[in-house]
Amino acid sequence: MRISVFWYCLKQGIKNIFKNIWFSLASVATISASVFLFCLFFSILTNIQFMVKNMESTVGITVLFDEGLGETDILALGAAIGGRGEIREMTYISPQEAWDSFQSDYFAGHEELAAGFAQDNPLAGSASYEIHLWDISSQNEIVTWLQGLEGVRQVNYSNTIVEGFLSFNRVVGLLSLVITGVLLLVAMFLISNTISVAAAFRRQESQIMRLIGATNFMIRAPFIVEGVVIGLIGAGIPLAGIYVLYTRCVIYLTERFSILSGVVKFLPMEELYPAMTAVAMGLGVGIGFFGSFFTIRKYLKV
Amino acid sequence: MIEILDVCKTYGTGNKALRDIDITIEDGEFVFIMGRSGSGKTTLLRLLVKEEEPTSGEIIVNGQELWRMPRRHVPRYRRTLGIVFQDFRLLKDRNVFENVAFAQRVVGASSRAIRESVPEILKLVGLSAKYKSLPQHLSGGEQQRVAIARALINRPEVLLADEPTGNLDYQNAVEIMELLWDINQMGTTVVVVTHSQELVNLTGGRVITLDRGQIVSDDYSRGRQDKGRIQE
Repeated sequence: MRISVFWYCLKQGIKNIFKNIWFSLASVATISASVFLFCLFFSILTNIQFMVKNMESTVGITVLFDEGLGETDILALGAAIGGRGEIREMTYISPQEAWDSFQSDYFAGHEELAAGFAQDNPLAGSASYEIHLWDISSQNEIVTWLQGLEGVRQVNYSNTIVEGFLSFNRVVGLLSLVITGVLLLVAMFLISNTISVAAAFRRQESQIMRLIGATNFMIRAPFIVEGVVIGLIGAGIPLAGIYVLYTRCVIYLTERFSILSGVVKFLPMEELYPAMTAVAMGLGVGIGFFGSFFTIRKYLKV
Repeated sequence: MIEILDVCKTYGTGNKALRDIDITIEDGEFVFIMGRSGSGKTTLLRLLVKEEEPTSGEIIVNGQELWRMPRRHVPRYRRTLGIVFQDFRLLKDRNVFENVAFAQRVVGASSRAIRESVPEILKLVGLSAKYKSLPQHLSGGEQQRVAIARALINRPEVLLADEPTGNLDYQNAVEIMELLWDINQMGTTVVVVTHSQELVNLTGGRVITLDRGQIVSDDYSRGRQDKGRIQE
């Protein structure tokens, strides 16, 4: 494609936008609204996933065995547990290690109290395995399986936080899918309408172009440029808005709920923004391109 | 050369617009297609531009068989034609220069080529001084000159004019016919569709008369006459 053709199509596309400025603004506003909501949900979902991932590495399952079960039997059970594919990491904590850890946690500074136990390990029957999973959503299944193993006395795990996060994630995901989907359809319809009006405005011009030998591409390109530019503007505005909003929200929530800082960690903007920008821009350009492409195919044929 | 061989055109409504049309137009000829409204002359023009397909028969323009031409080749074919309309069809938001340049821009000509050829063609049609004017600030005759310049800018082999003087007064009509004649003298085949006997009488050239979709006369006798025939 010649550079002059590229500039011609770009210029005509932008001129189209200004010729039907109110229709163009309506399209930009609708795309902005849908992309804004998309970005909002994207931020929430990505943050929840980030938090769940954090939990997967910090929240573990502890398996305790029947008192009286020998170390050989415990290690044999450990081998069976380690064979499960869902398990990312598994650490054996012997009764001595458990006692050492207990002493350092509870008798720090009062070692004389622990000395009273002398060689007698009060946690002699507390050999355990600490387990971390690849995917925390498989926790319930693994816990049930562990509880059913002969020789397993107790399985400790945190259920409520994980369950809560996962179900919240599912609800937000579904809601975002429905709302964004509806808004995208409305945006597509409005783009299509805008392009139809532009096509009607330029009917004579397109007809002349057709008769003097312009190709389909040349006739349609300005309308597609119009749709894509509207889509780009429509995606750019909410992205800028989300950038400001997200940064402020994270600062506010971190300051306001500092007590939760151990559990709730927000995804840094630098990690969230590139992927969100790419998807939002793709969405805006996609709506603009397909909305105009299919509309104009209907109106202008050589 | 334009060959129209045994062409019939029937519209979906059953209206037989053209019946058994056989016309051969040699390179460089000046031809009037004459007839009353509804005689089929505009349909014939639309077939030549490949806006319509004949129901039967064949059309060959400069060796290109239109009935075999795939849609993707139609734009390239149309670039070998120049088309002038009764209502000028100029773009009101663009000046004379841009209206003429438009025909080159849409076929992908470079800016340099446009800067060189537009002034040249405007000089030919006598509008060099008005290149900045908007169409609505020009007389009917001047607007038609712009339309002719636009039709000629891509150097077509055939110029098709559909009632080119239909919206003009006598004096302007004479001037436009003179211009078309000059263009023909430069070697371009000119086909003028008209219902006006008065216009035909202004100049020489072959006259094909249609009536109810059929050729009723094909008058070669007037042949090529010089511009002296044009009556002031």
